Amino acid sequence: MSWENALIVAILMSSFLPGIIIFMLPEKSTGLRTSLNLFGALLKMTLVVIMDLAIYYGRVFHMRLELMEGVELFLNADPLSAMFATLSSVLWLLTTIYAVGYLEGSPNRSHFFGYFSLCVTVTIGIAMAGNLITFLLFYEMLTLATYPLIIHRGTDEALAAGRSYLFYAFGGGGVFLFAVIWLHTLAGPADFTSAGFTPQLIDNDAPVLRFIFLLMIAGVGVKAALVPLHGWLPRAMVAPAPVSALLHAVAVVKAGAFGITRIVLDVYGIKNIIQLGLLPWLMTLSSITIIWGSLRALQQDGLKQRLAYSTVSQISYIALGISLADHRLALIGGLVHLVHQGLMKITLFFCAGNLAETLGIHKISEMAGVGRRLPLTMAAFTIGAMGMIGIPPTIGFVSKWYLCLGGITAHNWWVIVVLVISSLLNGAYFLPIIITAWFGKQQGSWPREKNFGRFETHWMLLAPPLVTALAVIVAGIIANAQFSPLAWVEFVVQEYTR
Amino acid sequence: MVSAESWIAVPVVVPLAAALLSFLVRRGSLFISLAAAIINVLAAAILVNQFFVSGPAQYAVGGWDPPLGISLRTDGPALIMLVLTGLTGVAISLYAWGYFSFRIDQPARAGRPEKQERFFWPLWMLQLTGLNGLFLSGDIFNIYVTLELIGVSAAGLAALSGKSASITAALRYLLVSLLGSMSYLLGVVFLYKTYGVLDLGLLQKMAGPTPGVIAALAVMSVGLLLKTAIFPMHFWLPPAHANALAPVSAILSGLVVKGSFFLLFRLWFDIFSPALPHTAFSLMGALGAGAILWGGIQALRQQRLKLLIAYSTISQLGYLLIAFPLAFTGGNSQTWSAVLFMASGHACAKIAMFMSAGTIMLHLGHDRIRELAGIRAYLPVTAFAYAAAGVNLMGLPPSGGFIGKWMMLIASLSTHQWLWALVLLAGSFLAVAYVFRVVEQLFVIPPDAPFIERHPRAGLLEWPALILALISLLMGLIAPYPLRLLDTGMAPQVVQVIGG
Repeated sequence: MSWENALIVAILMSSFLPGIIIFMLPEKSTGLRTSLNLFGALLKMTLVVIMDLAIYYGRVFHMRLELMEGVELFLNADPLSAMFATLSSVLWLLTTIYAVGYLEGSPNRSHFFGYFSLCVTVTIGIAMAGNLITFLLFYEMLTLATYPLIIHRGTDEALAAGRSYLFYAFGGGGVFLFAVIWLHTLAGPADFTSAGFTPQLIDNDAPVLRFIFLLMIAGVGVKAALVPLHGWLPRAMVAPAPVSALLHAVAVVKAGAFGITRIVLDVYGIKNIIQLGLLPWLMTLSSITIIWGSLRALQQDGLKQRLAYSTVSQISYIALGISLADHRLALIGGLVHLVHQGLMKITLFFCAGNLAETLGIHKISEMAGVGRRLPLTMAAFTIGAMGMIGIPPTIGFVSKWYLCLGGITAHNWWVIVVLVISSLLNGAYFLPIIITAWFGKQQGSWPREKNFGRFETHWMLLAPPLVTALAVIVAGIIANAQFSPLAWVEFVVQEYTR
Repeated sequence: MVSAESWIAVPVVVPLAAALLSFLVRRGSLFISLAAAIINVLAAAILVNQFFVSGPAQYAVGGWDPPLGISLRTDGPALIMLVLTGLTGVAISLYAWGYFSFRIDQPARAGRPEKQERFFWPLWMLQLTGLNGLFLSGDIFNIYVTLELIGVSAAGLAALSGKSASITAALRYLLVSLLGSMSYLLGVVFLYKTYGVLDLGLLQKMAGPTPGVIAALAVMSVGLLLKTAIFPMHFWLPPAHANALAPVSAILSGLVVKGSFFLLFRLWFDIFSPALPHTAFSLMGALGAGAILWGGIQALRQQRLKLLIAYSTISQLGYLLIAFPLAFTGGNSQTWSAVLFMASGHACAKIAMFMSAGTIMLHLGHDRIRELAGIRAYLPVTAFAYAAAGVNLMGLPPSGGFIGKWMMLIASLSTHQWLWALVLLAGSFLAVAYVFRVVEQLFVIPPDAPFIERHPRAGLLEWPALILALISLLMGLIAPYPLRLLDTGMAPQVVQVIGG
């Protein structure tokens, strides 16, 4: 086994093995479980960074396992995989710290952290999948690994959310499987490549290929929460806050958006997809989702629900950028938002979790004056929200700037209109939260206050949002430096704009 | 001790000897049977190895050649089934050991479990003899004998629990089984009258599309479909499987129905496929589609865990029949592979599920699905095993069920038979629904859940189930090995028929 293959295996195992061991640990051995978790997370992050460097210097990571004729598992870490893998592993480390603090003293933690580790293993698998079958394998496994987390609380509401998640996710999964097999029978087994399938196919089967594209987008669109396939996401908010962070920023929704990216760029290929005239469809879908998600977010009083609809809206910026894939700047804007949205949204969910865990606040109407009680948390929240609106110098501004530039170079005014409307709506649903939190007057006592001594809340709950909030600003300021997310995306895009 | 080619007789002779011995001795029948199960799986491994070295083998028992003597033969499909029964046989034996010692320890049931155990081991070994004989036999009359052996010992096993519901179910099972075998025997008589031979290889060379052959195959198939519990002839299965003792349910649902199905598939594809019209294959597919949907819907409506699992068997057997029309038109050796993947994945998963259900029932005293929550607190391995086996039934990667479904979907889409593909997907959605109905109960621990003492020997109940569930879950990843067995192992005539 070459060291490259060994590295791939080690990256997968660094969360898989701790997960398996954690399953077997008795509930009481908190210390061992926490050390295993953190050790695995740190190790994974380090290994992924090593892989990133190796990829940057031109190393190729390929690993194949043939299952049967025409079906092989293929792991291939290209720059795009590296981007997603890095995002997931960094955020996973933070989420693990947060989850340890959040679940302190609650029951069933071995079960929880076991599946938590499986989730991130599978997500890295999605990132590194080198063909549709491998992608499908990990994509379905992700549904299975996240389900126990969603029903973790065991209440009737949680079980109902779990059922709705399964209904959507496996519905999408079935459609996706169907589409994958159909394409397989037409185009044969194929690895992801920027050229896509051979253009000759289009001459014979253009309508079928268009239909397959729609099926595939519908299949992964469930996880990416494209309207009207987004219904499960707000309901899944009954899960504990670290799970929301995992769903929205680390794994599930991201896997969907990543799937859309792969299908457009590496399964069909930009040239083919333009020839089939499919990009306007994707643009329409993503525009509708962006606006609809924002409008629904406005109506929510539950903080997590509002954040969930905001995810519905924000995730589709990625698809919007991809739908202008022939314009480099727009593509950069879309892809970089994969990372940026993750950082911003995880900050917001960490903060929402702190409000719930420290003060028992679940609704925006209860938040008046909370800025004085939890100043650091709300500062982080404010930065995250600024990012969502797109105020410089946050990373949200960088994404929107590139998307706008892309729209201008493509002479596509529609994109600009969508971006402007959605930014206004973002402001309309985030600014009131920030204003009541900082300038509102506290009404009576907090619903369920806990005191944590020195800091405003448990330090493990406080540190992760502060780190990500800092990243939201720093990555925006240094966007042009050599190792910013933006710089990496420019490296990714080289492959697709040759 | 044993010459190279006579290893082939071991899987038949050793369990048979163990059955007789364990019936005769009062004590130690457990260890005799366990040893036989282990020898059986070793023999299967040796046969596989011999097969890779020197190809398909034939062995005439006692030196008498066909058409007079009894001949045993190995080929790819037979060996896969042999390995499957070998592995699951060891697991079931271990589980049964744990199961009976658990029940004997419970003072409330004084005397009864001892008696049940005394008859369980010989009957189970006879069952194993029958199954192995069926897979290895090369002639249609010997196969009839093995069918009877399977049917009678299965009915005996089903009656063991001694409750009136299970005795009624077992009697009905016996009648159905006899009817099925008689119908099969009638077909054998037709064929013998027409061609004067019983050997499968010889028949394969002679059979043509004459009315006599078609009539023979029709009566044989009806008998086998009845024994396999294919919709709409499935009525006898749920009560028989759900009322039996847990290790028995596992044997019946996982292995026994696979025996008659395997024979059905062999007859249609190995021997008679040139003689049959397309509509016959489509009819089988239609029965399969009905089974998938009906079984799935019924599984959704059940209130008891064991009944739910039994109906899911009916649904899963439907997948195997859908392979018939797909193999006919998309035909190549891949369909054999698809069927065997489906069948072996299902066998492992279903056995694991019935084992888990049995463990749960021993601890809780009931199997009402709505009241299962909290089980995971003291039976975590069982809860996980059930869920892992469920992944195979849903056909999600990387399970054996996924590989089978993948091959069938490829076959149906590449030949534009959309209907079968849609039925396959619908069946998967039903499976998701009925698997998660139970899993959601198994995975949560409500705060007020009663705490139940774990039996000290519960490991023997939990781990065999987990191992089988993991095999079914990860079967897709080891797919190259069984496929290699099939590729090298297809008897030459099979390749001609299916490939041509």
